[in-house]
Amino acid sequence: MKAINWMLEHPWRVVGIVVMIAGLYATWVRFTQGLGAATNLSDDFPWGMWIGVDVMSGVMLAAGGFTISALVYIFQVKRWQPVARPAVLTAFLGYVLVGGGIFFDIGRSFRIWHPLVMWNHHSVMWEVAWCVTLYTTVLGMELLTFLFEKLEKEKLAHIFHHLTFPLTLAAVLLSMLHQSSLGSLFLLVPGRLDPLWYSRLLPFLFFISAIAVGLTMTIVESTLSARAFGRCIEGPLLQSVGKAAAWVMGFYLALRMGDVIYRGAYTELWPLDRAAWFFLAEIVVGVIIPLIIFAYPSLRQNTRYLYHAAQLTVLGFVIHRLNVGITGFEVIKGKIYTPSWMEVAITLMFVTIGVTGFNLACRYLPIFETEAEDSERLESWSIWVRQLAATKGSASQVSEGKS
Amino acid sequence: MKALLYDINLCIGCEACVDACKEHNGLPEEPRDKLCATNFTHLVDVGDDEFYRRMCMHCVDPACASACPVGALQKTPEGPVTYDYDKCIGCRYCMVACPFSVPRYEWDTATPRVRKCEMCKDLVAEGKPTACAAACPTGATAFGERDELIAEAWKRISADPDNYAHHVFGEEEVGGTSVLMIGPKEVLDVAFDADLPDEALPERTWAVMSRIPAAVGVVGVGLIGINWIIRRRMALAAEGETDSTNDGHGEVQ
Repeated sequence: MKAINWMLEHPWRVVGIVVMIAGLYATWVRFTQGLGAATNLSDDFPWGMWIGVDVMSGVMLAAGGFTISALVYIFQVKRWQPVARPAVLTAFLGYVLVGGGIFFDIGRSFRIWHPLVMWNHHSVMWEVAWCVTLYTTVLGMELLTFLFEKLEKEKLAHIFHHLTFPLTLAAVLLSMLHQSSLGSLFLLVPGRLDPLWYSRLLPFLFFISAIAVGLTMTIVESTLSARAFGRCIEGPLLQSVGKAAAWVMGFYLALRMGDVIYRGAYTELWPLDRAAWFFLAEIVVGVIIPLIIFAYPSLRQNTRYLYHAAQLTVLGFVIHRLNVGITGFEVIKGKIYTPSWMEVAITLMFVTIGVTGFNLACRYLPIFETEAEDSERLESWSIWVRQLAATKGSASQVSEGKS
Repeated sequence: MKALLYDINLCIGCEACVDACKEHNGLPEEPRDKLCATNFTHLVDVGDDEFYRRMCMHCVDPACASACPVGALQKTPEGPVTYDYDKCIGCRYCMVACPFSVPRYEWDTATPRVRKCEMCKDLVAEGKPTACAAACPTGATAFGERDELIAEAWKRISADPDNYAHHVFGEEEVGGTSVLMIGPKEVLDVAFDADLPDEALPERTWAVMSRIPAAVGVVGVGLIGINWIIRRRMALAAEGETDSTNDGHGEVQ
């Protein structure tokens, strides 16, 4: 009876436990019997859900880290500082999970370090491996700053504060490289990837979509963590993030549509087959609808519209990456790929670990705090900081009920 | 560079090449009708007693070798595209990259390898023909220098233009291959994707990769410059504000 009551009180914890059990079982199968036993991968679809979701989308979802910190620390948009730390934390967790995804996906997991010593500088994959490794290190160092602050290691924290600019610069350059390179990977497959997705512009499209998702994920994340930690939402700040996203997405849409028309690929849209529907889902649901909401002040001022528009954008660009990585190959293969339950379980296990990690870090590290002088200097969000200071003491109690 | 010339019009579909391949590579008898981790070549029956052979095409500038992050796949000067299992991490980008969908994977083991024809690299290194070429009773699969085989192919085409398409497949496609194929147009059309570009595919990724150092330099310097200008402007603005109001609110680090 007690156990049932606990389960009713904490439904998300129950879901988390179920996912972890399923994920651990799938992990055991994958590492003892191989990829064939755990996944629906085949010689026709050598890449599936783990590459499409955990790696290609995971890297994109973590793009808020470099996007926001570039704006705050390089372009000095100080107003956005409150969202910089959560974005860096999400990026770090995201990249650790991407590393986990790669570890599960590659056939010889324990050789994951090989690209660091065995070089093929012609390989886009080699460049991605190096950039992801270096960038995760950079994010780890940014996270150390928070840790030293927390532990009151004044001297170390001071040193790391001075490293903020070079670390941010490294973060932007490394991200520019590997975010675009995930698109460059597919430059090698003309005539095999559906013309709706194959384009010489893939590296640019991937980089711009990473910025768009970096911005919109910040809206999603801030809204969710505001709910979870009982903070108030930084309304005007998130609206300006939405407005910035509108500009980026407008540019993306113009480039993407121009490319599809210039190459004549739009003729593939009729008849409306599976590929055409996936294309429309990506463009209409993922770009056009949220773009309209972000572009009109009257719409984006509504917190719920803003939140849902951000969610749609994230969903849309995840569909784009899945289309490039998987759906776009279905026509030439004459087959369809759907993930096995174990692939889904392991992906959900990673999500659970990420959410739990974010929660723990927010509780124990100074993520939603900012330096005292900032609150004096910047009036636009000083109200929020004061509210935060008031709720800071009770934050741990509030978050106790969530997981 | 060594190569193989496969002539569809000489092939009788006896599968001696498949048997020789299996023996040389120590592969099981079955399957023999598709490319897989335990079968590196097979014949496709297109009806009317006509067949064509599928195998690794051993591209001159292979997409798989440029894709491999650890250099496990290499184009050797002798011709074969070889695979080094000790380096391979199993990312399977080679399988995605191959324009002919050739590399196969061992899905049912915890220590999997990429598997494909390696053009009997040990035999070729000794100057001997591949097992399949040595076994072929009609000369449909012939081994030799790539230039000489291309010349031979064109000789056969011009001698019998009714039965041969005016095309040596692999002479130009994807920058050229070390497996060349000739035969009737109908069969070649079925066997190969007509959309394959003549440009070597690795050039498309290299066009991006080779520009990375310059891009990093330009963007890096640009960002530092922009940051300097913005800070400078903010400092000047703050100075002006402090002078006029002296409230200290516009102070910038």
